[in-house]
Amino acid sequence: MKRLFWPFLVVLLIGLVVYGLLTRPTFLDRTGFAAQVADATKGKSVFDAAGCASCHAAPMATGEARLILSGGRRFISPFGTFIAPNISSDAVAGIGGWSDYEIANAITNGVSPQKRHYFPAFPYDTYAKMTMADLADLVAYLRQLPASDLASAPHDVSFPFNIRRNLGGWKLLFGRDDWVMTGDIGPELTRGRYLVEALAHCAACHTPRNALGGMQRDKWLGGGPHPSGKGRFPNITPAALGWSKADIMEYLTSGFTPEFDTAGGEMVEVIENMALLDVTDREAIAAYLLAVKSVE
Amino acid sequence: MRRFKTIIAGVATTALLAGAAISASHSDAIKARQDNMKARGANLGILGRMAQGQIDYDSVKAGEAAAALVALLSVDQSTFWPVGSAQGMVEGTRAKAEIWDNFADVGAMAGDLAAAADALSEVAAIDLASLQGAIGAVGGACGVCHKAYRGPKN
Repeated sequence: MKRLFWPFLVVLLIGLVVYGLLTRPTFLDRTGFAAQVADATKGKSVFDAAGCASCHAAPMATGEARLILSGGRRFISPFGTFIAPNISSDAVAGIGGWSDYEIANAITNGVSPQKRHYFPAFPYDTYAKMTMADLADLVAYLRQLPASDLASAPHDVSFPFNIRRNLGGWKLLFGRDDWVMTGDIGPELTRGRYLVEALAHCAACHTPRNALGGMQRDKWLGGGPHPSGKGRFPNITPAALGWSKADIMEYLTSGFTPEFDTAGGEMVEVIENMALLDVTDREAIAAYLLAVKSVE
Repeated sequence: MRRFKTIIAGVATTALLAGAAISASHSDAIKARQDNMKARGANLGILGRMAQGQIDYDSVKAGEAAAALVALLSVDQSTFWPVGSAQGMVEGTRAKAEIWDNFADVGAMAGDLAAAADALSEVAAIDLASLQGAIGAVGGACGVCHKAYRGPKN
């Protein structure tokens, strides 16, 4: 028994060190970010495309109230219930007291100013592909939004998923810096790819996830079960969608399907954001959805 | 013991039959409300395609479609929404359980939709510009309620 003690301790220590290295937080390029000249006006379109208000506005907020990012919306999942935090400009309850770099790093790297991992209900894994310029503009825009002193509610996540350090491992396993759509794709598809794969994070809902909540990239945008257990996110690849470019544009503007049914649930809010984009951006998204690989 | 088993079997059978009867009545209600919604969509589709320029404007057809939409909205819906006919409780519906917690709110939204459809039907047969000016409010009223009370696809 005594003979085994030291080898056991060494293996344990090595294991802990490896775990610590693999799960440590990562950080955005500080000098690259500092070099940006932020434009809050441009940040508004990044904000709309990224759908920030859909999760962080108060539940059922409409109109101007959607710009008060007080949080509180609940996201039921197999891992527990996530509650969107206050990211308004309030210095205490929100992010008003953070530096620009801290906000940017939270968005792209999913790491708080206290250097703790965020849960990937926050789609930092796709925001990681955001350009530095867009990121700086978005941060400047967020600073201009109204403050709310409503305190963020804690997530209701059970063991072992509540161990935040493990999320470093999640990021290592499932974070990807390469695009799904590859090849020589031209300017419109390149823009569409940026909007779909990075800012609008369409895949966060429309791509099925594995048992650990990682996206199954071989079934990109192929649809999957709703995390609440009720209903499904539809397959939006060409094999299943069957819509023309004009059909997709109309849906992302007015919410009407070709049958003049309307969107339901979360997608209504997504469309509220999409309708605010430049028409060329909606065209680019439609072009992407018509070009993406079909999932049967 | 045999008697006890008979009673249990009887109770279980009754419960099953009752359950089947309840879900059958719900499936009738679900079909009734979905048929009504689909008919609304069909008439709105005629108006919407005209408004978008996909088909030619026809004042007679536009007036008829708008009047049909108003008629569909005035149907007595009291049997369409039985308690328990929500998504997650029975198959084949996207109606969220929150509907039954906020019936007054749903009713107010239905009132807004009816008002928008009335306004549309008053002007739909005048000309294309009038139709285009009034149809947006109808679509918006559909979306407001679907945002709050319609669940994801099944």
